[in-house]
Amino acid sequence: MALTTAAGPTLREPQPSRITGRRRGSGKGPVREGPAGYVFLSPWLLGLMGITAVPMLLSLYLSFTNYDIFTPISEVEWVGLDNYRRMFTTDPTFWKSVTVTAKFGLIAVPLKLAVALGVALLLNRERRGVGLFRSLFYLPSLLGGSVAVALAWYTMFSRDGAFNTFLRLFGIQGKPWVADPDFALETVMVLAIWQFGAPMVIFLAGLKQIPGELYEAASVDGAGRWRQFVHVTLPMLSPVIFFNLVLETIHGFQGFTGVFIISNGQGGPVDSTLMYTLNLYIKGFTDFEMGYAAALAWLFLIVVGLITVVLFTTGRFWVHYSDER
Amino acid sequence: MSAEAPALPAARRSGVPGVRQVGRILVLIAILAVALYPLLWMVASSFKSQTEISVAGNISLIPREFTPGNYREGWAMLGEPFSSFFINSLVIAGLTIVGNIASCLVAAYAFARLRFRLRHFWFAVMIGTLLLPQHVLVIPQYILFRTLNWTGTIAPLVVPHFLATEAFFVFLMVQFMRGIPRELDEAAMIDGCGPFQVFLRIILPLSRPAIVTTTIFSFIWTWNEFFRQLVYLSDITQWTVPVALRQFIDSSGQSAVGPMFAMSVLSLLPVFLFFLFFQRLLVEGINTSGIKG
Repeated sequence: MALTTAAGPTLREPQPSRITGRRRGSGKGPVREGPAGYVFLSPWLLGLMGITAVPMLLSLYLSFTNYDIFTPISEVEWVGLDNYRRMFTTDPTFWKSVTVTAKFGLIAVPLKLAVALGVALLLNRERRGVGLFRSLFYLPSLLGGSVAVALAWYTMFSRDGAFNTFLRLFGIQGKPWVADPDFALETVMVLAIWQFGAPMVIFLAGLKQIPGELYEAASVDGAGRWRQFVHVTLPMLSPVIFFNLVLETIHGFQGFTGVFIISNGQGGPVDSTLMYTLNLYIKGFTDFEMGYAAALAWLFLIVVGLITVVLFTTGRFWVHYSDER
Repeated sequence: MSAEAPALPAARRSGVPGVRQVGRILVLIAILAVALYPLLWMVASSFKSQTEISVAGNISLIPREFTPGNYREGWAMLGEPFSSFFINSLVIAGLTIVGNIASCLVAAYAFARLRFRLRHFWFAVMIGTLLLPQHVLVIPQYILFRTLNWTGTIAPLVVPHFLATEAFFVFLMVQFMRGIPRELDEAAMIDGCGPFQVFLRIILPLSRPAIVTTTIFSFIWTWNEFFRQLVYLSDITQWTVPVALRQFIDSSGQSAVGPMFAMSVLSLLPVFLFFLFFQRLLVEGINTSGIKG
């Protein structure tokens, strides 16, 4: 598409004479071939336009209409801001889904990172067997996003599940966790935290980068373990913490498989597991209110974008980049 | 645990393992037990008899009565044999891998090596799509694929991968190609190679590690993927493994837990094998790029 227009030979730097030909080459710099560049780029450009940009713009338009998938797009009715107004005023499930997602993001993500950091700190002190521990801790991260593990979770935290039997060993009477509106989301949070291995591996790599001299200097200055942790480890690790925080937050907001399986695609009990993405799915693919779902998707994009911006802005105040970086 | 400083002066580190170290290892083992228990329990439950499972809360990791019949039963339980679901999953995963490798390689080559107008702009756009939450695109793309009459086929799940929509792999390959010495390109150009030849003869063969990483992660992500497959595959003959597994809760409730676990374990097996053979690469992979499992 942009191939013909943008492929002209306009380059900033003088180009080796075309007449002498590429054959001899200049021996300097990378290949300077506008047309070749766009030829190689064309699948990606086509995907960007066709699979990403155009559908997004189309859905922006449809978010202002009452489109359901049964009417042809040419016959949809423009409803202005109705869909967006509906979210904030008349649709209680919208606010419920926002609350559930925020709760998940604010509790599960920090806890997951805390566990990941804690285990990384413990592992970092070891010299032998680190590789094995690291791999085994990572395994849940690889498998945990699957339907299979979500099914196991559902069974494990049901009324007669293994978790309650375990509690009974300590004389605690359990609950049907997945069926209890006060605890269903928590079981999904535990599922998320259980997958702490991926951020842990990243923390571990970060810890290895901290020069040992810093600790020696700190201990010469009389700093105990706790103060070394606060004044050396945390600041030195802050870029990695930040990286993990951004990644896990964006990832956490998109949780779908866990809540879908545990609530059998309903978001129950009493909408307690209605994550934003699940609500989006129900509105779009169960109720077929595509126009409304498109509006939900756009709002989601804007909010996730804003949160990313907020994270990056606040990050400036606590993320410490040492000079070498 | 937070009070642990990561390193100590050498003097304190040497010597026999102290109480502290033993304590630390015990804590690590305890955490590991918690982390692995659900997986081991799944495997154990897949071999337990229906009566043993339905006895309130079985937590044992050893089946009292070894019941491999769960596998036979689960395999045929959903009206269509599980082999069909496995083949469907494999076909989608295979095509996704091929598409990701082919399309991301050429795009990455353009970004890493070629000069063309707006290169920096397009590169920034590509990084932007990297941060785009996938679920935001589900509705727009569904509308597109529905107008194209592609719903109910695997095309919506596969075709985008041939157009380098997985920006993550483009980025990964760009980073990798930047590490290939430019002198090689230049030497090839002196020998008369154009950009296409440089790509085919120099970059492509040297990009093998990036291709391997892309293959592994494409496979694992596609194998675990659920949302899109759920949305696009309605007919039972097209179901993939996750879509099929989901039916165990949908239709038969608690009564088929044994077979459900049996098929769940089978579904995790391919990813587990990848883990066994490529664990080093997987762990190093997330180190350098923060890939999620």
